[in-house]
Amino acid sequence: MRRAFSDTLVLAERNLVRLPRAPELLLAFTVQPIMFVLLFRYVFGGAISTPGYSYVDFLIPGIIVQNIAFGGFVTALGLNEDMHKGLIDRFRSLPMARAAVLAGRTMADIVTNTLSMTILLITGIIIGFSFHTDALHVIAGIGLLILFGYAFSWVFAFLGLLVSTPEAANSVGFIAVFPLTFISSAFVPVASMPPVLQDFAKVNPFTIVVDAVRSLWLGAPAGNYVWGAVVWSVVIIAVFAPLAVGRYRRAAGQ
Amino acid sequence: MESGKLSSAVVASEFVEGTPSSGPGRDHAITVRGVMKAFGQVQALAGIDLDVARGSVLGLLGPNGAGKTTLVRVLTTLLKPDAGTARVVGFDVIEQAAQLREKIGLAGQYAAIDENLTGLENLTMVGRLYGMDRQAAKARGNELLERFDLLEAAGRPAKGYSGGMRRRLDLAAALVAQPPVLFLDEPTTGLDPRSRLSLWEVIEMLVSEGATVLLTTQYLDEADRLADRIAVIDHGRLIAEGTSDQLKDRVGGERLEVHLEDRADGDGAMRALAPMSDEQPTVEGKVVRLGVRARKGSLVEAVRRLGEAGIGVDDLVLRRPTLDEVFLALTGHAAEEATSDGGGRP
Repeated sequence: MRRAFSDTLVLAERNLVRLPRAPELLLAFTVQPIMFVLLFRYVFGGAISTPGYSYVDFLIPGIIVQNIAFGGFVTALGLNEDMHKGLIDRFRSLPMARAAVLAGRTMADIVTNTLSMTILLITGIIIGFSFHTDALHVIAGIGLLILFGYAFSWVFAFLGLLVSTPEAANSVGFIAVFPLTFISSAFVPVASMPPVLQDFAKVNPFTIVVDAVRSLWLGAPAGNYVWGAVVWSVVIIAVFAPLAVGRYRRAAGQ
Repeated sequence: MESGKLSSAVVASEFVEGTPSSGPGRDHAITVRGVMKAFGQVQALAGIDLDVARGSVLGLLGPNGAGKTTLVRVLTTLLKPDAGTARVVGFDVIEQAAQLREKIGLAGQYAAIDENLTGLENLTMVGRLYGMDRQAAKARGNELLERFDLLEAAGRPAKGYSGGMRRRLDLAAALVAQPPVLFLDEPTTGLDPRSRLSLWEVIEMLVSEGATVLLTTQYLDEADRLADRIAVIDHGRLIAEGTSDQLKDRVGGERLEVHLEDRADGDGAMRALAPMSDEQPTVEGKVVRLGVRARKGSLVEAVRRLGEAGIGVDDLVLRRPTLDEVFLALTGHAAEEATSDGGGRP
């Protein structure tokens, strides 16, 4: 067990050390989210009405959820690359803990997700975002986001092991996650959508997580959102972690 | 040489430690019995028996898709065989996979290094995954980088390395824990001649230190230079095994080419050389060609026979069979034809 943990740390470290050396990935974590924030705040924001909140307060929780969900892309691309370059074979021929490859990957995502969340929060605060609740709620919101991001890392781990090329991981992931983030309460109030989309948006886990974070950070009515968000995250992990592990075993055993 | 003895001793003790009281392969670092593996309809390994003596180098020769890589993957615990047993330093590839992994190093067909890590970071990572602490892994990494002439590039990300440097780094990664058995899967495929040569020298150095090596290759010259024994596999079966000389003799010996000084001596030369060959020599202009039974002594004998007949010679060439000729003779088809990818990666 201790061995599994230390191997996981070694691989998490590896995944983080290499990140700054892949500039295109680093841009995806830093500049791209900032561009999105500015785009929505200043280009679309004026046309979107969010009763009860300024748009920037409404936007920041939504855009952080979107970013954190996409954060797992690094895992999808990284695992796919490792498979094709023979690194998974090397790892499997070493006397190391089997689980460490996936665990190390997803653990590294926690760090990168925290980094991109920090960048987005700072950007948000500069352009006028503010928390409306106490520190405890703010921290709870951050914790919830990290949990949800971690859950999506497992979705992307599965995806990365499933598809044949990094490009395929990119497009499949994008097609799957993009509608989920946009047909949700992340950028516009759900009530402004046509009824069919509203039905989808209301059950969409992204809506639930975004609304949970809004309630924790802005004091919006919480309902069952917070627990709903925790349950969704746990369910996603419970489904996709075993799928990813199974896929890893199969993919590596061929 | 001192260190060579030391390493051999280590190999021996590892071996004894891992070996159950008796059974096949007491003197063998690798034993394979009846191993089979199918991928769907393709029988990648169709019952392989093989032994590799401790401290020796076995060259596993075969065309693409012959099953070489599949066998290496079975022996390195990456792949479970459908049937049969295989042991490495006495450990069963299925039952004792975890212990076995501590005793092997694998350098695969594709340099399995992280391109975004530096040379040193790559080796340190592997060392720590073998269970070393950070300091020890780093020290070992530096030692290997120096040995493989990579110290200068140690701090640069591996994506800037040349093909030869990548393979050397990959090989270094396989050696981090000083494993007694090494698996090298086509270590020089795709390398330029100079990098190939330098990699060969590295492998020879390891062998001189007592490592047991199983090497797969498509190149006869590589097997020739590095391997003590060669096993030829095709369509998942072992079709020949022996030293390189034995195999070449079996393939039909050597081709002798004699370039005469005088075109008029053609018939005389044919008569003089005929007893050396099972076939009728051919003459084409100033060149006489014949197959000889064995390499040993052929050149001397040809010179003697031609000298006795008073025939002047410009040049003599004894050509060993090429890989294609070996495959043609052993398998009935040329090496390039067999590209069905049964033994390759998915």
